[in-house]
Amino acid sequence: MDALLGQVHALVAWAFSLANDYDVPSLIEAGVFFLFAGLALLFACGVIFFRNVVHSALSLTATFICVACLYLSIGADFMGAVQILVYGGAVAVLIVMAIMLTRRDNMAHSNPSRGLFRHAAAAVLTGLFLSGMAAVAILSPFKSAPQSLGDAAPGLADLMLSHYVLPFEVAAVLLLIAMIGAIVLAKGAEER
Amino acid sequence: MDFLHLMMEQGVIRTLADELHDLFMLVFGNEVVASFLMKGVGIGAILGVISVAAIVFTYGERKVCAFMQVRLGPNRVGGRYGLLQPIADMLKLMSKEDIIPEGCDRVVWALGPMLLFVPTALIYAFFPFDNGVALADVNVGIFLMLAISSQSVLPFLISGYASNSKYAFIGGMRTVAQMLSYEAPMVFSLLGVVMLSGSMRMCDIVEAQSQQLWFILMQPIAFVVFVISATAETNRVPFDLVEGEAEIVAGPFAEYSGMRWALFFLAEYANLLSVSILTTVFFLGGWNGPFLPGVVWFGIKVLAMVFVFMWFRWTFPRTRVDQMLAFSWKVLLPLALANVLFTGVGIYARQWM
Repeated sequence: MDALLGQVHALVAWAFSLANDYDVPSLIEAGVFFLFAGLALLFACGVIFFRNVVHSALSLTATFICVACLYLSIGADFMGAVQILVYGGAVAVLIVMAIMLTRRDNMAHSNPSRGLFRHAAAAVLTGLFLSGMAAVAILSPFKSAPQSLGDAAPGLADLMLSHYVLPFEVAAVLLLIAMIGAIVLAKGAEER
Repeated sequence: MDFLHLMMEQGVIRTLADELHDLFMLVFGNEVVASFLMKGVGIGAILGVISVAAIVFTYGERKVCAFMQVRLGPNRVGGRYGLLQPIADMLKLMSKEDIIPEGCDRVVWALGPMLLFVPTALIYAFFPFDNGVALADVNVGIFLMLAISSQSVLPFLISGYASNSKYAFIGGMRTVAQMLSYEAPMVFSLLGVVMLSGSMRMCDIVEAQSQQLWFILMQPIAFVVFVISATAETNRVPFDLVEGEAEIVAGPFAEYSGMRWALFFLAEYANLLSVSILTTVFFLGGWNGPFLPGVVWFGIKVLAMVFVFMWFRWTFPRTRVDQMLAFSWKVLLPLALANVLFTGVGIYARQWM
């Protein structure tokens, strides 16, 4: 029995030394990143290429959730939760709106992103955007190792209610105006 | 004797987990492998809890219903008390024909019930079952939990949409209206709890209640708002407009049969258990209690809350859609916001005293 245990221990230790030689932990980290990044890109393509607008919207949700997983994987719990809560909830409403506004007997061809001109325009715009992003990425001085974010919520709250209190309040007023506007549009203002 | 003493001191689950960890260490002799396996055991335990809860609650619900209506309830399968009834139900569901409605959106239709179970099961990772026993005790536990549980709106909507049936479709739309509007008072009622305990970590909140009073006494308004909106979030009577048999057959799951339908059922009971656990953790002091080990107290409180939710179900009539939405936005939300304000003033006043 002891001999067997010893052999198992030796096997595990050998596997771990091998894993350390090939730097497996950082490989796994990179693998998780590329998995979610790849999935996000795949679903983002789905948003464009699905012919059914509901499928596009669902694909959009999946993209948002993959991005949230990326946040979670670098330890930004709070950002990840905000991403899931805000975008996941909003997308449900978006789908409802899409169905309500475009309801027809058959939703099979409801996403009208067809035609050569549109593809060409999209390709040009994407190219411009990507080159702009690349320029920013090359020119800006990134820190190579991401710092541990730790407990981000108290820090965020402090900043929002002290240094950035004016933008915060302006955003609140903007939301209030949007809400009143939506109610007026839906119910109709009383005319004098 | 020593072992029993340790169990009382550390909690039953913690002690057993330590023993298992030591066993894995003995076999594999490596810390990483042992903790990896322990996580696996934890996930298995959570799925086990959910499955057992679903089986027990199907039986319990029928018995509680019978008790409320002065009937006997299940009493044929498995002795006088019908103890094997859930197994018979399960066998029936598994052997049913899988009917796929014509003209439905196949892939989305099939994904609906599966996706519904994901957020439902995922939030169990954050629940503290005993002192220090939580699979993932994250800093922003409450917030992440609320974010993930809000994802269960979408599967209802897409299964309602994909069924290609007007009743299912109306049910899906109602789900969005109901679950999104009851999320707001629920979150704001929890804000008072977070303000009092000064942390969003679930274990810290229970710990804060062992030092102060239970939050049901300090936050009675928040408790009432939370329990009402939790009933609405789980789509149970009096807020089960999503199913509303009298109006829309069975809502989003009208077109599902067999195991696909059973997944909706499983998710409903998992949700019932999770809102009971949440009420226990936030308002009833979690694992705190005299004499008995923590996990036993936790179980007693959770089952009491499950009974309360079943009690609601069999005593209240169903509300109308407009009443339900008006109640959320015009009564519960202002109450919850006022509670946040009063809690803030109270905390401030206590600092000056």
